[in-house]
Formats: sequence, C-alpha cells, structure tokens
Amino acid sequence: MARKSFLEAIRDAQFEEMKRDPSVFMMGEDLATNLFGTTTGLAEAFGTERVRNTPISEAGFIGAAAGAAMVGMRPIVDVTIASFIYPAMDQLVSIVAKSRYLYGGQARLPLVLRLSLFYGNSTAAQHSDRPYPMLMAVPGLKIIVPSNALEVKGLLKSAVRDDDPVLCFEDAGLWSSRMEIPDEEEVLVPIGKAAVRREGRDVTVVALAASVSESLAAAAELAKEGVSVEVIDPRTLAPLDVETILRSVRKTGRLIAVDPAHRTCSAASEIAATVAERAFGALRAPVLRVTAPDTHVPFSPPLEARLFPNKARILEAVRTVIGFDPAASPRRAGA
Amino acid sequence: MTRTDADLWRELYRRMVRIRTFEDEAGRLASVGEIPGALHTAAGQEGEVVGACMALRRDDYMVGNHRSHGHPIAKGAALRPLMAELFGKRTGVCRGKGGSMHLADFSVGSLGETSIVGSGMPVAVGAALGAKLKGTDRVTLCFFGDGASNEGTFHESLNLAAIWRLPVIFLCENNGYGATTRASTVMAVANVADRAQAYAIPGSIVDGQDVVLVYEEVLAAAERARRGEGPALIEAKTYRYADHAVNLGPGFAIDRGEELARWRQRDPIALFKARMLEAAIAQTEVALIEAQVAAEVADAVEFARSSPFPSFEEAFEDVFVERLPLPESPSGCA
Ligand SMILES: Cc1ncc(C[n+]2csc(CCOP(=O)(O)OP(=O)(O)O)c2C)c(N)n1
Ligand SMILES: [Mg+2]
Repeated sequence: MARKSFLEAIRDAQFEEMKRDPSVFMMGEDLATNLFGTTTGLAEAFGTERVRNTPISEAGFIGAAAGAAMVGMRPIVDVTIASFIYPAMDQLVSIVAKSRYLYGGQARLPLVLRLSLFYGNSTAAQHSDRPYPMLMAVPGLKIIVPSNALEVKGLLKSAVRDDDPVLCFEDAGLWSSRMEIPDEEEVLVPIGKAAVRREGRDVTVVALAASVSESLAAAAELAKEGVSVEVIDPRTLAPLDVETILRSVRKTGRLIAVDPAHRTCSAASEIAATVAERAFGALRAPVLRVTAPDTHVPFSPPLEARLFPNKARILEAVRTVIGFDPAASPRRAGA
Repeated sequence: MTRTDADLWRELYRRMVRIRTFEDEAGRLASVGEIPGALHTAAGQEGEVVGACMALRRDDYMVGNHRSHGHPIAKGAALRPLMAELFGKRTGVCRGKGGSMHLADFSVGSLGETSIVGSGMPVAVGAALGAKLKGTDRVTLCFFGDGASNEGTFHESLNLAAIWRLPVIFLCENNGYGATTRASTVMAVANVADRAQAYAIPGSIVDGQDVVLVYEEVLAAAERARRGEGPALIEAKTYRYADHAVNLGPGFAIDRGEELARWRQRDPIALFKARMLEAAIAQTEVALIEAQVAAEVADAVEFARSSPFPSFEEAFEDVFVERLPLPESPSGCA
C-alpha cells in the first residue's frame, strides 16, 4: 500500500500502461514540464518520442491521436483543462467518435483524452466548463468521471486498454485528495460499471466526481437523523450502468441525481429520465436534480461558490424527498 | 524634439509605468490571496503593448488575451474598474464576471480579452469587417502570442483578413514561450512574421523593447489599413519576466538561466527613461509622472477593496439581454 494523491495516481497509471505496452504514448502541451504532476519521470523513462510536447494546436494533435490510433497506436492526450477541447471539437465529434462507424468497423480508435474539470477556483466562464454532458450526446465516445485516487488509477488503466475512445474527466477539486492504493497488485476498474459507495434504504443519491464525497458526507449526517441514504457512483457516464441505479431506486423509491454540470441536459437529467421511464412504479417522490444552474460560471468568488452541488444542497434535496407526501400532492388530491 | 513629440513621449512613458505598477501590485495581491484566481502578468512587455496601442485612435478596436491587463490601460482605460474586476467586485469593468483573463473596456475600443488561446483572432477580423462595412476608417489591433500562432484560428484569421483586405493589424507578442514551452521548439520557422508570406500580406519584425519603434511600425500599418490597403502582421520580439502565471501552482516555474537577466538589461521602461532624460525631458518631470501613477494605482486598489461583491442574483444577469429567472431551491442552487 502507498498513500497517493489523485494526480500521482494518474501519473502511476500512465507509467504502468506505457511500461506494459509500447504502443501507448502521450501528447500534450507543456508535458515535459509536468505542470500539475501527472507526468513525473515519464519523459526520463520513455523518452520524448513517446512523451511528446505539442504546440498549442488542439485540433491538430487530437486529430493526430485519432490517426495514430487507426494505425495501431494507443495515444493518451493530456488536454489539461476540459474547455481546451473546444478548438478540437470537429476532430473529436466528426473523426474520433464516428470513424469506426462510418468505415463499417474497419477502424479502431483506442485513444484516451484526459480533461480536467477546473471549476470552483475563480478562472471564470471560459475555463470552468464541465462539458461531459454535451459529449454524452455524441455516440461513440466513452466517458469516465473518477471520484477518487484509486478510481482514477483503475479507470484510466482500463481506458488505455479499451479499444474505443475514452474521455477521462478529472475533477480538479480532487487533485490533492489522497488515498491508500495497493502497489502489490494491479488496480483495474471496469468501464461501464457503477459502484455502490454506501448502502441505504430510504433514498438513492447518484453522484459523480467530487460530488460523491459531498454526498457521502450528507449521507453520514442524515444517518444520525435516522434517514438511510444509498450513494451510487456511476464512474462511467457512457455507457451508463443503468441496472445498478434502477436496482437501488426500486429499493428506496427515491432518487436524487447530483452533478456539477449545468442543469439542462446534464448527466443528472439523463439519469433522472432513465429512472422515470424504467422505475416509475417504484417512485414515492419526485426525482430531484442537484446541479449547477443554467448560467455561466462567474469569476467573482462569492457568486461562484454558490453554484455547485455541496453537502448542504444535497441535504436539502434529501429532506425534501423524504418529507414529500404523495397524498398531499395536487395530482393525487384532484384524483 | 518638438513639443508634440515631448507630449507623446511623456504619455508613452506614463502608460508603461502605469501598466508595470498596476501589474506589480496585482501580482502581489494575487500571491497573498486578495485577488482570486490565476493572474498572468506581462512585466517586460510594456514597450510593445503601449507602442502599439498608442498608435491607434481611441475609437479604434482592440482584442487581447489572457495576459492583457496592460492592453486596455495602454488604450486609455480607467484603472479603478480594471482593478475592481481583478478583485471580482461589482464595480469591476466586467461587473466581476470576467476577472483577470477577461478584461474588456468597450468605452476605449477594447472588445475583450479571451483566455482560450487563439480565440480572439477571428473576433478581431470580424471587428475590422464591421468597421469596413459601416464605412468607417477604424482599424483593429489584434494582440496574440507566439503560442497562439500555432492554433488553427491564426491561419483562418490571416487568410480571411487578407482576402477581404481588412483593416486589421495582427500584433504577435513573441515573448519566447507559450506557458513553459519554448517557442522555438514548437515552430519550424524562426519568426512568426515569416508566416505572413503565406497570406501575401506584409510581415515585419520589431524590437518590442523599444516603445518608439513599435509605435512607428504600428502607426504605419494603421495608416495603410485606413487607406484600404489591408492587414499586416507585426511580430514584436519581447520577453516576460515572471513565470506563466501567479496562482496556477508550482509546476509553471521554469529555470530560464541567464536569459532572464539578459532581457532585464533591456527593460523597455528603463531604456525609454534614459532616452527621455537624454532628450532633455527633466528628471523632475519623469519623477512626477512616476509619483502620479503610484497614487493612481493605490487609489484603484483602495477603490477595489472597498467596493461590494455582486449580489447572487447578478450571477443570472447577462446570459441574455433579459435577466434569467432565479432557480428555485432545492433543485437549482443554494
Ligand atoms: C485552447 C487553449 N489551449 C491551452 C490553453 C492553456 N494556455 C493558456 S496560456 C497558454 C500559453 C499561451 O502562449 P502564448 O500564446 O505565447 O501567450 P503568452 O502566455 O506567452 O502571452 C496556454 C497553453 C488555453 N488557455 N487555451
Ligand atoms: Mg508567448
């Protein structure tokens, strides 16, 4: 066992996968400088042919990752901040996501894009986006949202081995969080499988990335009030592990979906809609979403601080659904 | 030296010192946490910033990037709203919404600084197009970095401006680095200006540490542009003294060895000050400018400090022209 930060876990995952498989290589801006600590010692170990510094040319090197993948390489692209994907949107959506389909299965695109969710630290609207929901709407992209150091290591290693494109969204709020990670055995977390982080009977909270720890904190507090909360971490948003979520909601009858993205068409929206369609009969209260509202992320700290899901807002949502009385709902009353 | 020259020189000096003082103070306040977020300073680059902006008229347009506190200052913007913006206050020039990387003061033609590298270049092309379509003789000054010249928007913007003969001056602030990456390692040509050939527009290189040379070069390009003779690419060779940014973490610090000391020898403000004194502008006059600027910056900090933060409702203002309704708890936000 070794105590590692989220960033160190990313570094280790990349190191292990590059060591295991010579077709794995990395590209990104300022990679050699190791800006945030995810490439420590990689250039020294594998050389600058495999740890490549790029110009500020996102469309170029993300498209190049697709091309290299088509001929048998396994690129990991460090996009750094998630918003920097936008200049490469065409390559991502038209090429990375669609080539396998368009060419009738001839192409394979085993590439990984790493993008940090850089919100909550006063970098204003252009730097603070959480763009996974818009990319969930693009078929052909797998999306992972690790919630702690162990998870990011295991998910990222699986992503490198996956034969399809995987986008790894790394919550900057978790960067310095530390955890014990086994070093005697290999850590692999399967893509497409949710994890039940805490079992409970009364309410299901599905939360992702840094919202998972906020939800667990809320659940611990609610337990003292006699409310039993089940916390589910989907870990992968595309493809979403619907069964694990449905199983939980069928047990609890209540769902809160927590997501730091904007509300409209959020991951939370997709989860809420799926539950409403497939577990309607089990629901005892309306499904609630705890998200960022549909406004941009302002620079000013006191404004930004109130936008994202936190323990207090999750508590409020759980208390609302627990206190919900179906007999008092207008529809029931009118029936 | 003529009377008007002396006035111009004093103003060039005043604006360079104003930027240096403003940014030194902002950097200090950011490093102690009084200013939030990442802050990119341009100390060392004031010669090209001021030389270029002073060659424009107040009603000309300008676009900047993440490192552009000095650019609206050079264009004549008031300091109080700029400093208040860095603090995230309601009295900020962008009402606390944009912060350090997104200053804009439309009242002096500053159409906004945008922090996604290369994203301002097409905007400059559009402003120039608008000015032309409206039949004005306004020009647009487009600041961008050596790093930005490797983005696709660089190519598209220069080509558009060239084929439409737009009145835009592309001013590359080549400070030798994009974040921590040396420009020469990510470009196959020696100079950004070499790329002008590909668009059949004039490309020139100017010493960015010499405010007067930059002023003259940009003035000539602006005059050509006003006559309808199209765009130009000017590359100012310059240098930034500080690491990429304050408050982005220790990973951005790089060892630049002797290079930094060498560039400090050619500080644009010190060089110009010596020249002013040689040209018989009195030492007392220069000292007066410095004292006035110090007072202005102190006043701006005091103003920013004592200003209120925006109210939470303002987070929902200016997404559209009409303010959005506030979300209802518990669904929307706290
Ligand atoms: C599209 C995009 N990619 C990456 C970044 C991160 N980034 C911010 S500034 C910068 C370097 C820019 O270099 P340059 O254009 O030379 O401007 P300078 O900072 O030197 O003034 C980088 C890589 C970004 N903001 N936007
Ligand atoms: Mg640069």
